[in-house]
Amino acid sequence: MDNIILTIDDLNLSVQNKKILRGIKMEIWAGHIHALIGPNGAGKSTLVSTVMGLPGYKPEQGKICFLGEDITNLPVFDRAQRGLTLAWQEPARFEGLSVEKFILTGAKNKCHKRAEEVLEMVGLDPHKYLNRAVDKTLSGGERKRIELASIIAMEPKLILLDEPDSGIDIDALEKIFSLLKKLKQDGITIVAITHSLAVLNQADHAFLMCCGKILDKGDVNRIASYFQNKCIPCNHDRFITSTIETAP
Amino acid sequence: MNNSNTALELLKSLGIDIGHVFPEDVAKIQVHQNKVVGLHLVPGLRVQADEMKDGIEAEVLIEKGMKIEKPIHICFGVLPEEGLQKVKLHIRAQEESKAMILAHCTFPNARQVKHIMDADIEIEPHAHYAYFERHVHGPKGGVDVIPNAKIHVQEGAEFSTEFELIKGAAGNIEFQYEVNAEAQSKTEMTARISGTNNDQIRLHEIVHLLGEYSTGVIVSHIALKQYAIADIENTLVAHAPFSRGHVDCKEIVVGNAQAKAVPTVLVKNPTAHVTHEAAIGSVDAKQLVTLMAHGLNEDEATDLIIEGLLSKKQNWQNMIKEIE
Repeated sequence: MDNIILTIDDLNLSVQNKKILRGIKMEIWAGHIHALIGPNGAGKSTLVSTVMGLPGYKPEQGKICFLGEDITNLPVFDRAQRGLTLAWQEPARFEGLSVEKFILTGAKNKCHKRAEEVLEMVGLDPHKYLNRAVDKTLSGGERKRIELASIIAMEPKLILLDEPDSGIDIDALEKIFSLLKKLKQDGITIVAITHSLAVLNQADHAFLMCCGKILDKGDVNRIASYFQNKCIPCNHDRFITSTIETAP
Repeated sequence: MNNSNTALELLKSLGIDIGHVFPEDVAKIQVHQNKVVGLHLVPGLRVQADEMKDGIEAEVLIEKGMKIEKPIHICFGVLPEEGLQKVKLHIRAQEESKAMILAHCTFPNARQVKHIMDADIEIEPHAHYAYFERHVHGPKGGVDVIPNAKIHVQEGAEFSTEFELIKGAAGNIEFQYEVNAEAQSKTEMTARISGTNNDQIRLHEIVHLLGEYSTGVIVSHIALKQYAIADIENTLVAHAPFSRGHVDCKEIVVGNAQAKAVPTVLVKNPTAHVTHEAAIGSVDAKQLVTLMAHGLNEDEATDLIIEGLLSKKQNWQNMIKEIE
């Protein structure tokens, strides 16, 4: 039986007195790719921010366990040092910080060669990029791939990806999808927020989220089909008693 | 201590290997308090230095058409805890000459040291003159650094200067630079300063774009911690047709530090165009959490962000490597 690397139990979070996460319960399987889909405003980004422990995202109720350890009250960097990390939908810029230095910031192996390797993995030429600054001279897509490279260099156990394909051109998308497969082969667990069928097709499992709740989980095709055909703005009470299929 | 040993001590205080021998084709001028303790010139460079009671007055000339390939190394310093060093510089880069100066100013043990510099710099038509000034201060912060410079950048000439003080306690800095830029000239002025404890940093930089198609850029990047204070006034005045300019002031404030920035852009011609950007405040939250999600704690992440803000511009790095 596959191992569970992350469990979320009865997670509740409000932001400015507005309930955003309502009793979230999830299990994430080690070495699998999980897709998290749902309409805009469902709470997907809030959920991953809460799992990562970002400031301003402290749950008022519930528990997050990573590798069997309760990390609910741990700060961000402690979670990162334990092997949990996050790639942003829109990565930050860092004036004056070279791509190489940024990539090696959290890297397990802090050598130049490793920086070259991970850049190549995301489809960027190290000779062109390593000495550049992670600033506004890079396109959004370039910064996204560089951030992905920096995350791979960390050799994490679980990566939270916020829309990994947004801003990436078509040529590079294939590279990203191959990368996701490779990461899985290397035993790294992925949770990817996505609106994209192409990313969904890479996943082993899917979660459907709406109005701060996990409405369904399990088979990717079934959930994708439901989302495409039937997911409409709704009253969350309709789903309170939905039967939830257990994960394989 | 003889001149030679003093020169070595100055270099040592800068972290430069004292066994390092400057190549013959590198000009150097080393001044300790009011004494010239090292001087080596190269073809195309003329220096006349007079020692005064509390400093030196020097005329520096880069001859017409001469391209001095290797950076000229100038070192000013006061090694004891107390002292006064006044430097009067008259610099002229003649027509179509080219020179880069790497100036180190070192006050490693300062408790009550004053370094006052007055410079007038004339950059003749189509000459290129670049000046990188790195300050290295001790941890006690007892330094008053008061540089004043008036620069005239003539037609088609290029002037760039970069002031760096990121090592040691800044102390008290009062910086006043004024540039008059003629037609088709380029001016670029950058200051990168780290303030801590009770450091006080005042920068007043003014560039007048007087000639058609002249360009000017003023960049100030400051990081302040503890109780440091910075007051930055950068002014760019575009008088002439098609002149272009940009002012960039970024300050990071941590702890009880205070920062003030007044970027002023004034356009006096409808075809001129000047932009400005200013950002002052705590470390950017997204940058911070990104680095923390890479495993750095908050202090480590803050230091890395500040390091990036205060990093050298690329085109100086090779020049510095040659000297150091």
